[in-house]
Amino acid sequence: MTPKPPGGFIARDWSQHPPALTPPYKTSVKRSPSNALLSFPTSMGEETSPIFGHAMLGDLDNDLIHNFAAPGESAIGPRIIVYGRVTDETGRGVPGALVEFWQANAGGRYRHKKEGYIAPLDPNFGGCGRLITDENGGYEFRTVQPGPYPWPNGMNDWRPAHIHFSVIGHAFAQRLITQMYFEGDPLISRCPIVATIGSQEAIGRLVAPLDMARTIPMDARAYKFDIVLRGRRQSVFENRPEGM
Amino acid sequence: MVQPLDYLKETPSQTAGPYVHIGCTPNFSGIEGVFDTDLGASMKTGPVKGQEITVRGTVFDGTGTPLRDAMIEIWQADADGLFPSANETRGTADPNFTGWGRSAGDMATGEFVFDTVKPGRVPFHDGRLQAPHATFWIVARGINIGLHTRMYFADEEAANAEDPILTRIEHQNRVPTLLAKSEGADVYRFDIHLQGPHETIFFDI
Repeated sequence: MTPKPPGGFIARDWSQHPPALTPPYKTSVKRSPSNALLSFPTSMGEETSPIFGHAMLGDLDNDLIHNFAAPGESAIGPRIIVYGRVTDETGRGVPGALVEFWQANAGGRYRHKKEGYIAPLDPNFGGCGRLITDENGGYEFRTVQPGPYPWPNGMNDWRPAHIHFSVIGHAFAQRLITQMYFEGDPLISRCPIVATIGSQEAIGRLVAPLDMARTIPMDARAYKFDIVLRGRRQSVFENRPEGM
Repeated sequence: MVQPLDYLKETPSQTAGPYVHIGCTPNFSGIEGVFDTDLGASMKTGPVKGQEITVRGTVFDGTGTPLRDAMIEIWQADADGLFPSANETRGTADPNFTGWGRSAGDMATGEFVFDTVKPGRVPFHDGRLQAPHATFWIVARGINIGLHTRMYFADEEAANAEDPILTRIEHQNRVPTLLAKSEGADVYRFDIHLQGPHETIFFDI
């Protein structure tokens, strides 16, 4: 094989991420590694990822308003569209990425055995969806806006309304799980989990703006959430086709 | 003034939280009827090449308590060292092997199980062969950014002794944290310790 330059992926900028140990988020205290991470150049195992085809998707996989609802029913709550683009750090779209998302219902309640919040379940809302990005890395799904909810950390901590995202792009080095917040939520600045990120600028990149231009009149408001995955180092000395 | 470098910044990570299974393994979490199956539940779609193995393990926190709300993913080459990926340019991987598994762990004990194959050797960027290994990625409540590590095999002494990663680790007494140990025929155990005296080596890749 032709040797190629080390480090197929641009080194991760750790300043954009929360550190492992963030004591105000108490669960991190015993779940955070205390040794330095071992850094090394990527090779095939980090530069490849599994393949997901559109064929595996069901018609309602990207519609949380209906994908758990009884026939003719729909989930209760403010109807929204979440859309955006998955790109890498060089700005190129990431087509064929698997995006999975999950959330509480409009009352702030998750459909989960270990969830004890007194807000009721919505019989027509499951809370999970998935999609595969289009040829430009674009995506869109429908859901109801999740509610904020209290959680056991401090004596009176509340999570801002949020949607969890998991993304599998073109390489395992890009693997990412994050959360999307909503413009204007006063709980964002009060949340110990949001605050694990040290930079206000970085936090801002997790806050989706309301987009009235994309909003569908008499139907659903739209929020935009772009996602940036790590990028490959580009080199004219590395004549290697970019897979999808 | 200088010209700007027009790179974008990676989206910040946030914890997967306590309900990651709702989104990633909904059938496991009791949400049935939305997706037919949970992705990554099986790594084989038919008869596979090579030695079929089972990997079991538990993720422990710094007090030695097993995590029961983690999600563990594995990504590896097939028995010939090829990845079933669009980015694999060296050949065609075993069509009946996905290379990717995802486990929520046992609801009661937290133990994860992957039925897979022993991976072949894959070259490092400089062409040297790496020892057989699988990439692991661990997320859970309290983990702010997903943890990358690798599982190697304790019974691959010769290959491990020349592996470009294992041999560059400064604290060689920590290398055993990356080694799966045989528990009988075709069964391996790979426990992961987030913290403490047996803390697993985690990677910045």
